[in-house]
Amino acid sequence: MKLFPFAVLALAVCGPVAAAEIKMDDQSQLNPKATGKPAFEPPQESDLPDNAYGKLVQEGRAIFVNTQKYAGEYVGNGMNCTNCHLDQGRKADSAPLWGAYPMYPAYRKKNDKVNSYAERVQGCFQFSMNGKPPAADSHVINALSAYSYWLSTGAPTGQELPGRAYPEVPQPKGGYDIAKGREVYAAQCAVCHGDDGQGQKAAEGYVFPPLWGRDSFNWGAGMHRINTAAAFIKENMPLGKGRTLSDEEAWNVAAYMNSHERPQDPRLIDGSIAKTRDKYHANDGVNLYGVEVNGVLLGQGIK
Amino acid sequence: MRTTDRLLAGACALLLAMQAQAADGQKLFTQGGANPAAMACVTCHGANGEGMAAGGFPRLAGLSAGYLNKQLEDFRSGARANPIMQPIAAALGDDEMQALSAFLAAKPAPAAAQANRADAAEGVGARLALRGAWERNIPECVSCHGPGGSGVGDAFPALGGQSAAYLSAQLNAWRQGTRKNDPNDLMGHVARSLTDAEVTAVAEYFASLGQ
Repeated sequence: MKLFPFAVLALAVCGPVAAAEIKMDDQSQLNPKATGKPAFEPPQESDLPDNAYGKLVQEGRAIFVNTQKYAGEYVGNGMNCTNCHLDQGRKADSAPLWGAYPMYPAYRKKNDKVNSYAERVQGCFQFSMNGKPPAADSHVINALSAYSYWLSTGAPTGQELPGRAYPEVPQPKGGYDIAKGREVYAAQCAVCHGDDGQGQKAAEGYVFPPLWGRDSFNWGAGMHRINTAAAFIKENMPLGKGRTLSDEEAWNVAAYMNSHERPQDPRLIDGSIAKTRDKYHANDGVNLYGVEVNGVLLGQGIK
Repeated sequence: MRTTDRLLAGACALLLAMQAQAADGQKLFTQGGANPAAMACVTCHGANGEGMAAGGFPRLAGLSAGYLNKQLEDFRSGARANPIMQPIAAALGDDEMQALSAFLAAKPAPAAAQANRADAAEGVGARLALRGAWERNIPECVSCHGPGGSGVGDAFPALGGQSAAYLSAQLNAWRQGTRKNDPNDLMGHVARSLTDAEVTAVAEYFASLGQ
């Protein structure tokens, strides 16, 4: 009987330790001001050499386009890398890998350390994929790094290349309107992503990614920012019909998407939404974490 | 006793009704509808709804009920123009359409290879299907139609194992604007970016997955 409180205490102490360490503490917004027309062209698949290097690159590509299947143990939701990085991470203005890889290692004031590319990718797994980070020397990170390196063939290092971000979309003058976003969603998005953002599956799993709820990206993912989601949506949605929505429609539907509950931010501080908002969300673009919408406090996560 | 009898009678009636409903789809498929203008599907779409490639008649077996029902409604209204299907669909009642769609959806789809984005893509058709042509905003076909073009939900029909003749005819109809019953022009918009050679190649690619 007397042992019981100790067991509880031990659990309480062990809890946060057992959780995976956060490898890179955020998915910062890229500088959308990197101007100019995207000019960089990644190499063609047919140029890949038929050797061990080419094979590792192909394995990285396979993980990138079907993360569910080839890195499933690190993925906690229904997403694949290519859901956000279109055209296998090649497409300009869609956060292409060739725009990211040559920017690392990079010193960041925010955590006062030099972050490696591996840490950046580990951050994707923890937030966008709501999973756990593969070890820096794991096959998954090696293969994804090789794929990114290959896509960056000929790119200058340490330079922000035009096309590396999702082009910024100015916020509507009167702010965004979640109710109008719901209408855009029903008209343009639900056919693929489902009436309740749940995505759609075929035999092998998700074909259309879930946009909120248990199987979507968590509250720490860059896409939870309404401004980032608006930029992504404007550029890429509906799939194949990018840049057909107005700026206002993109913002409104992004706000509608991100006004729904999703898995908790893994950086949650002391179980407190308020503390987590203060530290990680208050100055992170436009987002609704810790904000009450229609009488419901967002950021509670999904058990 | 009387209650039991009533219950039994009720159960029998229900069973009969269910049987009638179940038989309905099959009967419609093999013998046609109540209105003689609704000809039997089997004549053109094959004994098991497998389609008839030579005539360009599509496979229906295993397509989603929602998709099939919408196509029948669209043939009836003219939203999908087709001189053969229009009078047939116009002669079908709503209940007949639903029974037929459910019956066909329950039939087994042909086994098609589950080719996906991670697989190698050699040739024009495979590249369009598994890589897309994003420089022209053409997504990978499988990103909407699913691995191997197995079909997703009610809006994205199965392509794998569909005949090349049917697939290319539909793509060309979209390109020419004679088929436009897709949600939000999602298919038409892609089809209009394809070349003649690409239409042929991608149609042959998906047809080959079912062989």
